[in-house]
Amino acid sequence: MNTTVATTGTEGKTWGGGSNPLKASYGKMMMWFFIVSDALTFSGFLAAYGFSRFKFIDSWPIADEVFTHIPFFHGNYPMIYVAFMTFILIMSSVTMVLAVDAGHHMNQKKVTWYMFLTIIGGIIFVGSQAWEWNTFIKGEFGAVQTKGGNILQFGEYKTVEGEQKFERVAIADFAKATHGERTQHERKSGLWFVDEGALPEYTVDEVYNGLVSNENILIRNQIINEEGHKTVLSREESLKQLKANGKLVVHGANLKVNEYGSPLFADFFFFITGFHGFHVLSGVVINIIIFFNVVIGTYERRKNYEMVEKVGLYWHFVDLVWVFVFTFFYLV
Amino acid sequence: MAHEHKLEIFRGLWKFKSNTQKIWGVLAFLTFVTAIEVVLGIYKPEVLMGNVLGMKGLNWIFIILTIVKAYYITWDFMHMRDETKGLRRAVVWTGVFLICYLVFILLQEGGYVESVYRNGFIKRDF
Repeated sequence: MNTTVATTGTEGKTWGGGSNPLKASYGKMMMWFFIVSDALTFSGFLAAYGFSRFKFIDSWPIADEVFTHIPFFHGNYPMIYVAFMTFILIMSSVTMVLAVDAGHHMNQKKVTWYMFLTIIGGIIFVGSQAWEWNTFIKGEFGAVQTKGGNILQFGEYKTVEGEQKFERVAIADFAKATHGERTQHERKSGLWFVDEGALPEYTVDEVYNGLVSNENILIRNQIINEEGHKTVLSREESLKQLKANGKLVVHGANLKVNEYGSPLFADFFFFITGFHGFHVLSGVVINIIIFFNVVIGTYERRKNYEMVEKVGLYWHFVDLVWVFVFTFFYLV
Repeated sequence: MAHEHKLEIFRGLWKFKSNTQKIWGVLAFLTFVTAIEVVLGIYKPEVLMGNVLGMKGLNWIFIILTIVKAYYITWDFMHMRDETKGLRRAVVWTGVFLICYLVFILLQEGGYVESVYRNGFIKRDF
């Protein structure tokens, strides 16, 4: 009755079954498979970002001019804060790998301690990202969007250490507020199913009047010139552009408008760093679960800390993705 | 459980006594690379701004340094160095191949769309 073939002639061979050719446990291997697929998701997003950027290669925002803030300090510090965030994440990766190492030595106390530090690092990172988003959404100088969806920014030439330098001027500093005839449309004052968001602080006319009376202020458009700077228009050209094409005063960035340049930049920024931030957040949650498991001694009883290793893989992956996001959003 | 770790990086140029020491060594290296990136990103030396293979030379440096960092995170923090060849290749080559393919296709297409804009069939300077 025994119809099953009991011997296949492959006993003792690596791939014959019954052995672990890859010498990794099921859980760890599945974590690796998940990481591969997640890496492909992220690279899909980043490649799409690259596509849009190549499409608008001559007018893409310059990251150094967008992310220039650090908390509690005024002034222009490009890159510093995001470098700090990168360092925090690498640091928390290190404490994670130290926790894994302590797990191999069955040292519960050390694992607890290092897991705790990893969680703190993750929380600092997510908090920093929230702050970065907040700064980006609020904006700084304000700009005017044209009919074609381009952005006009304002500034003036100043002499810094003997060099002519174009410095941005905030719209609020020169626009002439007049009594507007336009009020925000609300549901109660018209069709109940139509309403609109808050009106911009200034109208294009007010900005134009301000520009006319401040003779040193010039407009800068988004076209990148040969020296890698945005093009600054002449005084006449500035007035003409604003008059002819100015449509909407924008301040800050959201999914529709972006005072720093192409709205696509903001869209991808929110989407990719948001998706990454979500990974960090879920990583922190998983780390907390594992942390409590370590504390109550689950792995001590199991006599191995492989769970810590598996979460560690995920956590390092989040760090790995950030390294790429950092390069493509802030450096390149 | 015996966990064997290969305790050297840079092809044996830098050897460590224990796994913990290796971790700190890799951290030092990654921090160093990040610091280089940040300094280059802030000062943007004029020499590196020339065009190399369709991109600024500096951008190539950034991308290469990123891949270097990715290598050490995967190999030493994720212990890829200690996994079997089969697992390593299954994970790394799958990803590398598919990502290169995707990036090539999309960037090629983006460059093409840009050339259509630039050569004047579509106006967007208003």
